[in-house]
Amino acid sequence: MGRRALVTGLASFWGGRVAQALEADPDVDVIIGLDTDDPLVELERTEFVRCDQSYSILSRLIRATQVDTVLHTSLVVDSTRLRGRALHETNVIGTMNLLAAASAPDSPVRDLVVKSSTLVYGSTERDPYWFDEATRRSGTARTRVERSLLEAEHYLSDFTEDNPHVDVAVLRSADVLGADIVTPISRLLDLPVVPAVAGFDPLVQFVEETDVIRSIQFVLDHHLSGVFNVAGDGRLPWSECASIVGRPTAPILPPYLAGPFATALSRLGIADLPPELLSLLRYGRGVDNHRLQETGFGYRFTSAGTVDSFAQASRRRRATDIGRPYGHDPDVENFLRHSSAVVRNPER
Amino acid sequence: MAGDQIAADRGAADALAPLAGPVDTVPGPAPDGRLSDVDEWGRSERVRALARLVYDPIYRHWFRAEWEGLEKLPSTGGALLVANHAGAIPSDAPVIVHGIEVERHRAVYGLADFFFRSTPFVGTLWSRTGGVTAHPQNAYRLLRQQQLVLTFPEGSKGSGKTYPERYQLRRFGRGGFVEIAMRAGVPVIPIAVVGAEESMPILFKINGLAKVLGVPYVPVTANMLAFGPLGLIAYFPAKFRLRVLDPVHFDVPPDQERYSKSRIMDAAEGIRLSLQEALYDMLSRRRSIWFG
Repeated sequence: MGRRALVTGLASFWGGRVAQALEADPDVDVIIGLDTDDPLVELERTEFVRCDQSYSILSRLIRATQVDTVLHTSLVVDSTRLRGRALHETNVIGTMNLLAAASAPDSPVRDLVVKSSTLVYGSTERDPYWFDEATRRSGTARTRVERSLLEAEHYLSDFTEDNPHVDVAVLRSADVLGADIVTPISRLLDLPVVPAVAGFDPLVQFVEETDVIRSIQFVLDHHLSGVFNVAGDGRLPWSECASIVGRPTAPILPPYLAGPFATALSRLGIADLPPELLSLLRYGRGVDNHRLQETGFGYRFTSAGTVDSFAQASRRRRATDIGRPYGHDPDVENFLRHSSAVVRNPER
Repeated sequence: MAGDQIAADRGAADALAPLAGPVDTVPGPAPDGRLSDVDEWGRSERVRALARLVYDPIYRHWFRAEWEGLEKLPSTGGALLVANHAGAIPSDAPVIVHGIEVERHRAVYGLADFFFRSTPFVGTLWSRTGGVTAHPQNAYRLLRQQQLVLTFPEGSKGSGKTYPERYQLRRFGRGGFVEIAMRAGVPVIPIAVVGAEESMPILFKINGLAKVLGVPYVPVTANMLAFGPLGLIAYFPAKFRLRVLDPVHFDVPPDQERYSKSRIMDAAEGIRLSLQEALYDMLSRRRSIWFG
């Protein structure tokens, strides 16, 4: 019997991509996707369920569908997307409700994969140049998104301890770039002149979006348990990232009082620089990616290769001026999913 | 898509920027779409080459640095170099790093306070020329990569000494440098430096101001009195003598969870004493501060 999978955050970039990857896997029988909004990607057999922000219907849903696998891909890492309370609701309360449902006495859940972020390590001058999974962050988290991710991971480690029969894999992905994903960093690299903090040229690290999806599939296929950094090999200076994209850097952010300056920039609509990105542009961040590789996973992109992949896609977008190739239409999606007129080919 | 496939092939063939190998070699074309030679520690051999060009006259004609026992530095393999620290803005670190790079043709990574990393402009230059923050995990990883790593166990307590306290070694931290060397399975090689103390002697320190400015100490140096504001960067031409002592090997297996604290403290104290002894010996042979 195949897997019965539940994907949280179906409308997010990761939720949609993971659901597509699961659809391509013949061993997955059922895919249920959860979100507050309609999914944005083309899906063939994923069942979409609309829910509220904090996933309060989850325990009913898990009992009703008897899913054995949960892919928690709804953690919000980009704080420009959701602010304040909403971020807390989604990351902390959402995770709490998910874990409460999954740890119910008769819960069918046996595999849990969570996409977290290396934001949990922070970025300060006191950091080691390479964090491994056991390294503690150097100071307390000051930004809201970092605090919420740490709280979510705290619930997860409790859950892991209390539920030894469930394989829990937490994937902390480095900053992601790629052909399709839009992040505060990709937006900076798409500006005609790439902003930098005057006097700083930090070493940054990236992971390619397809490598993240592959890592999620990999830990699922191998029933891995534990915390894993997901990041491309090597680090490179921020100025070099701009060079790979073919843009100059401009040290427009002052080294002191950069916070208020960044707020002014975002008010003017020039660039959105959340506090966690400002500290990254000072000190960078590096995470050791050996642990996942030792289980047999291989990255296709290094950090520099990831920036190059983004640069190629960015040039292609500019040259052809094609935005998203597919606009989601709920009626069409519903028809394709449920109509008996659709020919379903199990071989695919 | 074809474009993605090409990107993937390139990605698979990607290699890291090579870590600093032997210096004085012409840097080849950067592999895998990388455009600079900045390694995973921020060091750039191209920037180092430039720094060597600028610094060489100072090393040769101003400080007239002379080494003893350079052959004790291994030509391959990692080692933790420890030295005494002096001078308000320490002049010893650049002399040691430059000396080993030009005389032994090996890159040296210098560990320093994270204060450098958080200073704009200075921090970036410091990093490109081989400066790394003194975090135990950084030291361990560098040594595991078989690099030479320079550290001053006295820390800012050493460089913040006033002139009457010159050549009196301070406490060697909590012996952390010994523990890192044990864990990484590399020897500790002490280097005694004479001359740095007199190149920028501290007359007194303004303690209250240091707290306000967030720096380790605010010194008033003889150089400031002699040269005015220029004294912040102008060293006196004291003669530098450096002596490499015998490498200290530790007879313990690497990568243990914990090492005996008493062994660590004994070894650290032993290294401190041998450095202090070497300093006294070198000072007793020195006829002149300026001519050695």
